[in-house]
Amino acid sequence: MLMNIALPIALTLVAAAFALSFWRLLIGPSKPDRILALDTLYINAIALLVLLGIHLSSALYFEAALLIALMGFVGTVALCKYLLRGDIIE
Amino acid sequence: MLDLVLSLLILAGATFTFIGSLGLARLQDFYTRLHGPTKATTLGVGSLLIASALYFSTRGESISLHEVLVTLFLFITAPASAHLLSKAALHLHVRSLAPLPQESAIADEGSAQRQKDSPSAESNKLFLKT
Repeated sequence: MLMNIALPIALTLVAAAFALSFWRLLIGPSKPDRILALDTLYINAIALLVLLGIHLSSALYFEAALLIALMGFVGTVALCKYLLRGDIIE
Repeated sequence: MLDLVLSLLILAGATFTFIGSLGLARLQDFYTRLHGPTKATTLGVGSLLIASALYFSTRGESISLHEVLVTLFLFITAPASAHLLSKAALHLHVRSLAPLPQESAIADEGSAQRQKDSPSAESNKLFLKT
């Protein structure tokens, strides 16, 4: 019963977090800022997927969340390596 | 009772996720901005995943352990990516609001001395680049 009130509020908060991270991705003055914004965006996507799984009572979304976590980390590391060394795989 | 605990965990997780992104959008320089989203990773997504594990463990017939995998992975990779991001920022000489260590030692002698020293820091940076 209480969940029916809490879930829409939580979904709204996570959507607002998405908007703020996207704002930083657009205006970010330096390249690491934009990478950090992408990093935060995939964290927010995991939070949103978990909330959606609770909302729909479906355990199907955890594989997707795990996949997003994996690919997001690899993407962040690859972009940072590119900034650090000018190349990803040397 | 379970409903109340689940609602509190979900609200706490969503609030911390929001605060992390708020910090990312509002803080002044890159190194303080790096601090904001780590709260979203550990506290925000962590409590959301605890809520989800509780929900699916009480709803289904067996204990749900998918969430532990995601939590473990996030907690291991978050410091690694933050370390690489700060290394990349230092490599690119991203501007920081904090003064450099040598400059803060000179700052005791007055701000005029510090302004005189900043061009030498600039030339030092140029020297490092060549």
